[in-house]
Amino acid sequence: MAATDVDIFSNEEKRNLSLGGHVGFDSLPDQLVSKSVTQGFCFNILCVGETGIGKSTLMNTLFNTMFENEEASHYQNGVYLRPRTYDLQESNVHLKLTIVDTVGFGDQINKEDSYKPIVDYIDTQFENYLQEELKIKRSLFNYHDTRIHICLYFIAPTGHSLKSLDLVTMKKLDSKVNIIPIIAKADTISKSELHKFKIKIMSELVSNGVQIYQFPTDDEAVTEINASMNAHLPFAVVGSVEEVKVGNKTVRARQYPWGVVQVENESHCDFVKLREMLIRVNMEDLREQTHARHYELYRRCKLEEMGFKDTDPDSQPFSLQETYEAKRKEFLGDLQRKEEEMRQMFVNKVKETEAELKEKERELHDKFEQLKRMHQEEKRKVEEKRRDLEEEMNAFNRRKVAAETLSLSQPLKKDKDKKN
Amino acid sequence: VCVCEREREREEKQYVGFATLPNQVHRKSVKKGFDFTLMVAGESGMGKSTLVNSLFLTDLYKDRKLLNAEERINQTVEIIKHTVDIEEKGVKLKLTIVDTPGFGDAVNNNECWKPITDYIDQQFEQYFRDESGLNRKNIQDNRVHCCLYFIPPFGHGLRPVDVEFMKALHEKVNVVPLIAKADCLTPNEIKKLKDRIREEIERFGIKVYQFPECDSDEDEEFKQLDKELKECTPFAVIGSNTVVEARGQRVRGRLYPWGIVEVENQSHCDFVKLRNMLIRSHMHDLKDVTCDVHYENYRAQCIQEMTSKLAQDNRMESPIPILPLPTPDVETEKLIKMKDEELKRMQEMLNKMQQQMHEKDQ
Repeated sequence: MAATDVDIFSNEEKRNLSLGGHVGFDSLPDQLVSKSVTQGFCFNILCVGETGIGKSTLMNTLFNTMFENEEASHYQNGVYLRPRTYDLQESNVHLKLTIVDTVGFGDQINKEDSYKPIVDYIDTQFENYLQEELKIKRSLFNYHDTRIHICLYFIAPTGHSLKSLDLVTMKKLDSKVNIIPIIAKADTISKSELHKFKIKIMSELVSNGVQIYQFPTDDEAVTEINASMNAHLPFAVVGSVEEVKVGNKTVRARQYPWGVVQVENESHCDFVKLREMLIRVNMEDLREQTHARHYELYRRCKLEEMGFKDTDPDSQPFSLQETYEAKRKEFLGDLQRKEEEMRQMFVNKVKETEAELKEKERELHDKFEQLKRMHQEEKRKVEEKRRDLEEEMNAFNRRKVAAETLSLSQPLKKDKDKKN
Repeated sequence: VCVCEREREREEKQYVGFATLPNQVHRKSVKKGFDFTLMVAGESGMGKSTLVNSLFLTDLYKDRKLLNAEERINQTVEIIKHTVDIEEKGVKLKLTIVDTPGFGDAVNNNECWKPITDYIDQQFEQYFRDESGLNRKNIQDNRVHCCLYFIPPFGHGLRPVDVEFMKALHEKVNVVPLIAKADCLTPNEIKKLKDRIREEIERFGIKVYQFPECDSDEDEEFKQLDKELKECTPFAVIGSNTVVEARGQRVRGRLYPWGIVEVENQSHCDFVKLRNMLIRSHMHDLKDVTCDVHYENYRAQCIQEMTSKLAQDNRMESPIPILPLPTPDVETEKLIKMKDEELKRMQEMLNKMQQQMHEKDQ
């Protein structure tokens, strides 16, 4: 009954009603905002770039803090990711910021596997979230979301084009994370060179099918600014935490013998643009894109891998529950079967060994018997011989006695003869 | 007056005249001309071509084609030679620049320096053959006299590929490491990086080109300059293909919104030091070290290998190897025979004459 009722309702046209007075649900966004402020926000940045290219300095400059950081060495055997989480606060807004560094990127002589640790890390964060989502007892509202919301890819300012490693890495990452390419240490490129460099980079990205993050232009409040920013990609940035006095102000800058490069001067570099786009305008959109696009893609691929489908051969929607149950039963069945097999194998083995042992025992027994018989035989023989020997000895003794008595009586006889 | 004249006469008699030798050498060398082969190596985009253009104030790379990132994924290293004849104040220089495009640009750079070491060895081998040949009048010296290695300024010091490359080459050629694109480093950062690189060079046992020690009788100013030069290595360089207007003059430089970098300004970079060292004072020393040290090492090694091979074959006992000499053609052989006979005849005649003189004296 319920199903048909719903059908009727959805076929009706939706009607717009006008209100007779102020109801008050226009405060819904405010309620949402106040709830999220209480909850606190969470943002995860992945910085990919060669050692020494300025990742840590840029983070310090962006967030106006000194995150603790030791200089990385160039001699790592491979690439590994180093996540660090910080709690920041501005006005009454709490931000749980995680910055993930790629240590050792670009230093090895053979860089064919350099992208793997990065892809693995991103996938692991997705996997962790998926696991939490699939739990029976979930606490998603409490869950510390470690999925990467933005990947800042640091391009070396060679002035020619992307490096081969950059191309290969970005292609592997573009379907998993929002990428914003930036030109690092841009104070070594002059204006005309920069213009050519940016065009070359963008054309290489396009011709190789690399999808970078586009600032959204569907929200009218930010369409204009986002559209114009999209045209300035990749951003040429300069980072600095040192302050230099320029005129009567103290600004963050880099002091050279030939001039002072001011980080927040828009005619010097695109730092301000990056900060606007990344933090002040599109941070929330980045989080949304990560969840709605990249994470969903990962989830779908993963579940398909596990054998789940959305529709069965008859095009009826599968319930995840059912599929899950079926899979579970199958799995348990498998497990039981395996257990049986192993048990059987164990029993067989025991029997075998028992039989072997018995055989051996029998052999030993036979041998023992044989030896015993031999021993008896020998003993008998020895007995016989002993008896023979005894007899001989006796015989000999008798003869000896006989001979002695004879010899005794003989000399008498002789004497007798002599006397005669 | 008489005393002065006698003084002068005595001086003239004492004056032999070999003090003019340097002038003679100078004249002859100007007439003969010089040659120099310079190799540049380093990743793409380090400013090698720009620096070479700045050093020799000419444009060697007019029509070169740069590869895309995609094409470079599996790129192999090529060796490209550019030879130019340049002249300055009557002195002619045949300059050969050996380029190594593709070095360090692929994703897998295992042994990417092999084509380069092979090239250097080939030049040594060629020279070895020519030197051992019969006609040595016009030997061409294509040996590499100096290799400028460009270290990226974006890191914290030497990277594994830098160390491996320099170690593969330091016993074959004079390696001069440079910090490229130094306009991305503040003076403090440059100092830190130089210290770090110097320490790493020592730690890994890399034998870079050492400036020869000053003679003890040079004047103080020269010694001071020499000391400054040595403490400044590795040189942090900046190059430029463009001329800009700075402080009322037209100079080679780079124009930025925040200032102008002048290539030849010593407080901006070490370009001038490099140029002076490479061209104005140590060019010949680089050639000498190549000939006397690197080439001799190669030659000795070659000979040793040959003798050990021969010893294995048990063919020869003498330590002097029989080189695979080109068989002289019949004409030359006849000529040699003729000349030999002539020499013998002349020797006999000389002996006869000596005897006659001897008899006559008596």
